[in-house]
Amino acid sequence: MKTAKINVNDGDLLTTLRDFFRSILQLEDISAILVPQHLPATNVVMPTLVTDPEQLNGTDPLAPVFPLNAAKIVSRLTRKPMGAKVAVVLRPCEIRAFVELVKLKQGRIEEVLLVGIDCLGAFKNGDYIQIAGKKEAEFTSSFYKDALSGKKLTFEGFDLAPACKACENPIPDGADILIGLFGVDTNNQLLIQARTPKGETLYETLDLSDTEEPPERPAVVESLVAERTAYRDKMFAETAEATNSLEKLNIYFAECVNCYNCRVACPVCYCKECVFVTDVFNHDPVQYLRWANRKGVIKMPTDTVFYHLTRMAHMSTSCVGCGQCTNACPNDIPVMELFRTVSYHTQNAFEYEAGRSIEDDLPLSVFREDELAEVVGIGNHCNL
Amino acid sequence: MANFEPTIIAFVCNWCTYTAADLAGTARLGYPANVRLIRVMCTGMVDPKYVIKALLEGADAVLVSGCHPGDCHYINGNFKARRRIKLLKEILPQFGFGEERLRLTWIGASDGIQFAETIHSMVAQIKTLGPNEAKATMVI
Repeated sequence: MKTAKINVNDGDLLTTLRDFFRSILQLEDISAILVPQHLPATNVVMPTLVTDPEQLNGTDPLAPVFPLNAAKIVSRLTRKPMGAKVAVVLRPCEIRAFVELVKLKQGRIEEVLLVGIDCLGAFKNGDYIQIAGKKEAEFTSSFYKDALSGKKLTFEGFDLAPACKACENPIPDGADILIGLFGVDTNNQLLIQARTPKGETLYETLDLSDTEEPPERPAVVESLVAERTAYRDKMFAETAEATNSLEKLNIYFAECVNCYNCRVACPVCYCKECVFVTDVFNHDPVQYLRWANRKGVIKMPTDTVFYHLTRMAHMSTSCVGCGQCTNACPNDIPVMELFRTVSYHTQNAFEYEAGRSIEDDLPLSVFREDELAEVVGIGNHCNL
Repeated sequence: MANFEPTIIAFVCNWCTYTAADLAGTARLGYPANVRLIRVMCTGMVDPKYVIKALLEGADAVLVSGCHPGDCHYINGNFKARRRIKLLKEILPQFGFGEERLRLTWIGASDGIQFAETIHSMVAQIKTLGPNEAKATMVI
């Protein structure tokens, strides 16, 4: 793996990153770069597609927020050949979601160069807007300094999003080019690593000086992952306990108004038209009466738990745990916690890990003739 | 509980298990009337949401039954069904739907006796298990 370091002045990571992105964009092979950036005259950070190297001054990939999972944007950019190569700067969960989308035939990897940055985590969208107020650029630098010096990341009573605290994938393993922060002396340097042949080709053209990975990096990453995994496992246990009967599941989703925002925000819920908004669920008015008559009462709108369980059957094997579902919920239902808990089981069942590799087949797109014998039959005395 | 008569929704494939059920009928083999057969062209077309809906509507168990491996009239629909059932068996028990409430079997067109036996055993099992929580609870 080719590794280099680039110099940082006075711990100013953003300027260094902007210069690095500029050098990528100036390469003949790269036509554009997709990168999170402050929008003009506002403090909102959004993905921007940049072709002019002079338009990278508001770039802020370290802002502790991602208003949407940009895998969806990359999927839009790559659904057909573009005839040009685009570098995309993504968080690890966005890279993993894009890998899933490629396997779901919703995007193509050929024309993108994945640039991943060690992820420091993010706040919930709403929380970030409140914390950062009017001075986001400064907030970003105080945030990453705190994050990298191991300080507790609570600001004005807000904590990082639960999805990020439970994320055991802070390193963008699937990136072509990795920008490393953990275990690196970020006051003076950043780590650049080419992790794929595609990344190496680009690395060669960038005029970087080879170096070794800092020896302390693996230990730093390992302890971070251990901390996150412990949080995650506690979250799994609590969520499982809170939903282990239909009655409890009803309580969990009591505030759900069937807005389907969690599905819209989900990067791997890719159907152009979800069955839950089709005529299949536009029931005949008299049907509601029939249903109500059966138990004397039905809750309106109907099909809330039905929708969530179906969504779990559809997307849980591809869930990357980005937490955008929770971000999108208008009533603050901890949906990420439940979807991740379920996904952990379903992905384990098929020995699959969403976003890990472009080579692993999607569990429900393939089968083996000789497998899952334990699923067939009705058990007990009956030899069927 | 003594009078509990379970409702079992069975998605049966046209070519094998439905034909087996038909054969059981022609052969005058009795089986409990607790089962409601839904004929589908292939177990491979049983969408997970059919199963979820049946259980949420209060079915005490769901049976998906099709051709033996290698006999699928659509080559491999039954293998795809098996993966989907596996998926549902991972999801549903987390919410209190016992794994026994979802069954997948292969019953060939000539297995009328086996079909009747399967229904007998399944009804007996579900009677022991008791009713599905969704029957009495309002499902939101």
